[in-house]
Amino acid sequence: MVRQVFAYIVHKKGVANDTAFEMVTAAKRIEPDASIIAIVAGTGDDLNMVCNEVASSYQEVWKIDNEALSYPNSEVIRTLLVRILPEQGIVIIPHDTFGMDLAPGLSIKLNAAYLPDAVDIDGVDENRLKAVRQEYSGQVSTHIVCDISGGAVITTRSGSFKAVETKRAGGQIFDKTAQAMEGGFPETGRRFIGVIEAEVGDVDITKSEILVSVGRGVEDKDNLGIVFDLAKAMGGDVACSRPVVDAKWLEKSRQVGTSGKTVKPKIYMALGISGSFQHQGGIKGAPFIVAINKNPKAPIFKVADVGVVADMLDFVPELTDKINEMK
Amino acid sequence: MEILVCIKRVPDTSENEINVNRDGTDIERDDLVYSVNEWDNYAVEEAIQIRDRVGGSVTVVTVGDEEAEEVVRREMAMGADKGILLSDEVFNSSDGRGIASIIKAEVEKGKYDLILTGAQADDGAGQVGGMLAAMLDRPYASLVTSLEVIDDKKIKVGREIEGGNLEMLEIDLPCVLSIQTGINEPRYVGIRGIRKTASAEIPVYGAEDLGLSPESVGESGLKVKRLDYFVPDSGEGAEILEGSTDEIVEKLVELLKARGGIK
Amino acid sequence: MEPALISPAGAYLFDIPAVVFSVLIPVVGTGIFTYIIAKRLAPLFSAAPDPRFDHFKHRFICVLKYAVGQYRQPRYLLAGIIHIVIFAGFMILTIHSVSLVLTGISEGFAASVSNSIAGHIYGVLKDFASTFVLLACVIAIVRRGIFKPKRYSVPPEYGKEHTREAIFVLMLISTLMVCDMFFEASIAAAGIQQGFEIDLHTPGTGTWLVTGILLAMSPVKLQTIHLVSYFIHDLTFFFFLCFLPMGKHFHVITSLPNTFFIKLDKGTVKPVIWGIEEEKLDDLDSFGVKRFSDFTWKHMLDFYTCADCGRCSDQCPANAVGRPLSPRFISIKCRDYIFKNHPLFGKTAENSKNLIGDIFTEDEIWSCTTCGACEAECPLMIEYIDKIVDLRRGMVDDGIVPQSLQKPLRALEKRGNPYGKIENKRSDWTKEKGFSEKYTVKIIGKKETADALYFVDSITSFDDGMQEIARSAAGVLHAAGVDFGILGSAEKDSGNEVRRFGEEMLFQKLKEQNTEAILSSGAKRIVTADPHAFNSLKNDYKNIPQVEHISQVIARKIKAGAIRLNGVKDSAAVYTYHDPCYLGRHNGIYSEPRDVIDAIPGIRRVEMHKSRDRSFCCGGGGLMLFYEPVEEKRMGRLRVEMAKEVGATVIVTACPYCMANIEDAIKTSGLEGEMEVIDLVELVYSHMVES
Repeated sequence: MVRQVFAYIVHKKGVANDTAFEMVTAAKRIEPDASIIAIVAGTGDDLNMVCNEVASSYQEVWKIDNEALSYPNSEVIRTLLVRILPEQGIVIIPHDTFGMDLAPGLSIKLNAAYLPDAVDIDGVDENRLKAVRQEYSGQVSTHIVCDISGGAVITTRSGSFKAVETKRAGGQIFDKTAQAMEGGFPETGRRFIGVIEAEVGDVDITKSEILVSVGRGVEDKDNLGIVFDLAKAMGGDVACSRPVVDAKWLEKSRQVGTSGKTVKPKIYMALGISGSFQHQGGIKGAPFIVAINKNPKAPIFKVADVGVVADMLDFVPELTDKINEMK
Repeated sequence: MEILVCIKRVPDTSENEINVNRDGTDIERDDLVYSVNEWDNYAVEEAIQIRDRVGGSVTVVTVGDEEAEEVVRREMAMGADKGILLSDEVFNSSDGRGIASIIKAEVEKGKYDLILTGAQADDGAGQVGGMLAAMLDRPYASLVTSLEVIDDKKIKVGREIEGGNLEMLEIDLPCVLSIQTGINEPRYVGIRGIRKTASAEIPVYGAEDLGLSPESVGESGLKVKRLDYFVPDSGEGAEILEGSTDEIVEKLVELLKARGGIK
Repeated sequence: MEPALISPAGAYLFDIPAVVFSVLIPVVGTGIFTYIIAKRLAPLFSAAPDPRFDHFKHRFICVLKYAVGQYRQPRYLLAGIIHIVIFAGFMILTIHSVSLVLTGISEGFAASVSNSIAGHIYGVLKDFASTFVLLACVIAIVRRGIFKPKRYSVPPEYGKEHTREAIFVLMLISTLMVCDMFFEASIAAAGIQQGFEIDLHTPGTGTWLVTGILLAMSPVKLQTIHLVSYFIHDLTFFFFLCFLPMGKHFHVITSLPNTFFIKLDKGTVKPVIWGIEEEKLDDLDSFGVKRFSDFTWKHMLDFYTCADCGRCSDQCPANAVGRPLSPRFISIKCRDYIFKNHPLFGKTAENSKNLIGDIFTEDEIWSCTTCGACEAECPLMIEYIDKIVDLRRGMVDDGIVPQSLQKPLRALEKRGNPYGKIENKRSDWTKEKGFSEKYTVKIIGKKETADALYFVDSITSFDDGMQEIARSAAGVLHAAGVDFGILGSAEKDSGNEVRRFGEEMLFQKLKEQNTEAILSSGAKRIVTADPHAFNSLKNDYKNIPQVEHISQVIARKIKAGAIRLNGVKDSAAVYTYHDPCYLGRHNGIYSEPRDVIDAIPGIRRVEMHKSRDRSFCCGGGGLMLFYEPVEEKRMGRLRVEMAKEVGATVIVTACPYCMANIEDAIKTSGLEGEMEVIDLVELVYSHMVES
C-alpha cells in the first residue's frame, strides 16, 4: 500500500504559505512515492483559492469548509484533524506559531510520535523514521529516530526544505467537511477574540529591495547612525533582528524574523547579526546576502553569499565611505 | 489562583560554544554551567505576578536528577511558594511525551487552575505544554506574551504570531499556557535569595509516588529517540572575503554593484 | 558719660520697658529653635548605625579645613568668594550680634566691651565685615535673581525653582547688616550732634556712610531709628536662627557636625549594616536601603546639610549626558521627604513606602557610574556613592535589576566573569602569536610562585580589544625585571562593580575566591593595570598583600633607570592624559601616570580643562558597560570633545574601561584618524628601549 502523508496547509487571505510547498519535499523525503495529501481548513472563496493553489503540488486536497474556520483556532483544528485522519497517519505541519500551537497536542490525541522542528528527513526504515533536528539554538544537530508505527506528527522548519517547483500534480479536491463536522462543530475552552496588528512604522521593510539589517553587533543605540548612513548610501532601508527591538533601539516594525516581518529584498546586508533560524525565517525570496560579523562561526555565514569577518562598527563606515566616493 | 509552573535545568549556552563529544553521544558537558531555562524564568515571574494580584500560590515543578533541585530553589527564591522535584531512575531519557505524562501524574494530585511552561527549552522542541494540555483535556495556548485574569473562570491571553502581531484569545480555566520571553521582566535572584531557600523542603517524587508504571515513561516509553549529536557541515556557506580592509571593501562594492545593490 | 541716646535696655516701647522685649525675643527665639532642632534630630535616632566617633583629631582638622576654612569653596571662584565673604563676615558679626542681644538687656554691656582695646579693633573689623557682607549679599542677589546661573535651576521633574528661598535668606542677612549699621550709626550721629568725643566709624564702611546721612536728622528721629533698628535686628536675628533648619540654610549649623563626621575610608563602600560581620550577612532579613529609615544617621545628616548649591550635579557626568540622575536632588528629595514625614507639628507620618517608586526611579539609581565627581566637589563633604550603593542593595534584594544587568550578574555568579566565558580561557591572552614566543607568563598558585602577582581582571583577560593591555603590561614588567605571574583560571572578577551595583553577596563570594587564590599564590605584592581591580583589591579586600597600580610601578622603575624610554615616535602628536576615576579621585593617583608620559623624550602633553579630581568619567566601567542607560549623549563623546578642545590627538588613559568607552566614542564621533586612545602601559611598551 502506498503510504499516505498529510500536510496541514497554513494560509492567509486566500494564499497558501510558502511552507505548503516545502512540506511536499519533506513528505517525499519520508517516502519518495508517498501519496501526499494537503489538508486545508477555512471558508469561502479564500479556502477555494488555497485549495486550487495547492492542488497543483499535491495528489489530493482535503478541504474543510466552515464559516467559523475563517480564523484557525488550533484546538478546533486539532479535533477536526483527529476526526478525518486515518489511524497511524503521518501528518506534517509547519513549525510556525500555528504549528507550535497545534502539533504537540495533536500527537497526543492521535497517540502518534511527535517530531518537532525537523530540518531534514533521511527516510523511513521499517516504521523507523530518521530525521535531523537542531538543539542549543542551532549550535549542534542530532539524528532522531521516530517510531511511526502509531502514526506521527512532524513539524518542519520553514526554509529547511526546498519548495517543490513542479506544479503539475493535478490534485483532486475532496470536501471532507461533513466527516470533520460529525459530532458537531468542536467545542473548545479557547475562543478567538481578534488580532492586534503590530504597529506600523514609518517604513515598510517588506517592500524594500535593499535592506541594511542590524543585530546585536551594533552594541549600542548610538552606533545606529553608521547603519543608517550605509542604508542611505545604498539607497535601502534599515531593518534589524530581535535583540535590537528588545533593547528598544529600533521599532518593532523594522524587525525581520518569524516574530517580526518577512522580507523579500534583492540585497540583504546582515550587520552584526548572528542569524538564528528565527531570523533567517524572515528572509524570503533568496536575496543576495552579505554577512558582516566578527564571529567567524556565526550561523549567518552559512546562509550568506558573501561574508566579511570584521567588527561591523569598524567595517561599515569604511564601506559607506567607499560607496559614497564612487557616486 | 493555584498555579503550577514547569521548569527545566539546562546548560547555560549563551556565551560559549557547544561542542559535541568525541563519540557523538552527547555534547561536551565538562565546562558547562547550568541554570534554569530562560523561558521558564518568564513563566515563573508571570505566575508570581498573577499570584500577587489575585492571590493563591505558585508551585514550581521539574523532572530531573537531584541536581535539578538547584533550579527549583532558584525559582522559589524568586517567589514561588512551593517546589517539587520529580525524580526517578526510570524517568531518565524520557522524550517529550514521557515528561508530559510524568507531570500529568503530579498535576492530578493537586488542583491547579493554571499551568505554565516556557515556550521552549534547550532542545527547541516546545512540546511538553501542548502535550500536557491534551493529556489533561484542558485548553492550551502557546507563545503567550500577554496574560490578564478576567475572573476565576477565564483569562485573556495574547499569543505572539507571525509578523509581530498578537492573537487575542479568551481561555477557560483550568488551562495550560506556554510563555514566551518578553511577557514581563523577570526579577533578579541573587545568591542571598537562593541561600534563603536553602532550608525549604522540596519533596521528591518517583514513579511509584506518582502511580506511574515504569513502562510508560523513560527509555521504554519512547516514541522519539535521539541517536547522536553532530555538528552539521557548513555546506557551501558564504564566500569569505579576505585581504586588507581596503581590498575587502573594494571587492564587496564590486559585488554589490553587480547585483544592483548600489542605487 | 551719658550715652548720646537711650539704649534699648533703658527705653520704653508702648509704655513697657523695652528690656522686656529684649529678654523675651531671645528666650522665645532660642526656645523655638531648640524645639525645631529636637524635631529635626528625632529621625536620626531611629536611623541605621554609623560609627563615626573615632579619629577625633583628624575629624577636627576636617572641620577646620572644610567648614571653617571653606577649603572647597574657591573651586567655583565667584560663588566661592561671595560665600567666603558672607561666611567670614557672619562669623565676625555673630560676636557682635550676641553682644547686641546682651546690650538690650544690660545698659552698660556694650560700652564695657567697646571701650577695651580688643573692642576697638573688633569695632573696625565688624564695620568692614557688615559692609562686605552687605555688598556680597547684593552681588549674590543680583547673580541669583538676574543672571540666574544654570546650575541653580531646578528641572521640572524635581519641582519648583529654589531662587525665592535663596533671595529671601540673602534679604534677611542684608536686613541684619542694614539694621546693624543704622543702630550703630544713629548713636554715632547723635553723639556727633551733641559734640561728644566719640570713635568715628571706619571711613568707607556702611556704618560710616549711614552716620553721614543720619547727621541731618533730629535727635528724636535718631532715637527712634536707634530703637527700631535694634528690635528689627533682634527679631530678624532670631527669626533667621529658627528659619535655618527649615531649608538649605540648615547647613549653616549642620556643616560643622557634617564635616566632623566625614567619611574617612575613601575608595571602599560602607558595609551593608555597620557592625554586622560579613559571615552574618545571610541572617539579615533585609538588605540595603529600601525605606527611608534604612539610611544611616550620617546620611540623613547629609540631607540636612545640602546647601542646594548644585556643584555636585554640575560635575556629575550622568547629569551632563541627560541621564535621569542629579546628585543634588538625591539630597534635596530626601531632605524634603524628612520635612514632610517628620513635621514640626503633629505626628510623624507613617510612610512604609519603598523609596524606589516613591521618590526615586530605578533608572535614576542605576544611572550613577560611581565616578565620585560629586563627592570630590561637595563643599560640605556629603556622600553619594554609599547611598547609591545602599539603594541598589535594596533593589537587588527585591529583585529589581534591569535585564541588561541580570545576564552579566548571573555569568559572574556561575563563571566569575561578566561575559560567561569559560574559566580556563582567562589566560588565553598569553597565547597570542608573536607574544607567546617572546614571553612566558607564569601561572602561579599550583606549582609555580612569583614575587609579584599581576591581577589582570575580566575585561583585560577576555575582551579582544583589551588583551593588548595585558600583553603590554607583561612586557613592561618583564623588562623592568619584575618576577611576576598570573592566577590564570583561579582569578575571578575583582567584583569592584559587583559591589557597587549592590550585589554584595556575589561580591563576597568573588572576594573569598580571589583572596584564597591570591594567598595561595605566594605572591608578596600585587600589581594590576585595571584601576577598578586596583580599587577593590586595595580598599575592599582585607588581609592580602600590598596592591599597586602599574603606573606606580612604571614611574618608580623609570626613576630607578630600570625602564628606559625612546624618544616619542610620533612627534606631531599631542598627548593628553585622562584620569580614570578609580585611579584618580578614588585613590589619589594623579602624578605617576603624568610623570610616566613626560618621561618619554620629546613628548607633547596638554591638560584637559577637566582633569585630576575634576576628571570627567568616560561612561563607567564594569557592569556599567552592560547597563543601557536612558541618556541623550554618551559620556565618552563629551570626553573626546574635551580632548579635542585642547588640541590633543592622543588620549592616554590607564584603565581598560576608559579605553573601551573612549575608543567607542572616537568611532561614533567620526573622529577616527584624527584622534586615538592608548593605554599608558601600551604607550610605555611601545617606547621601551629593548635591552
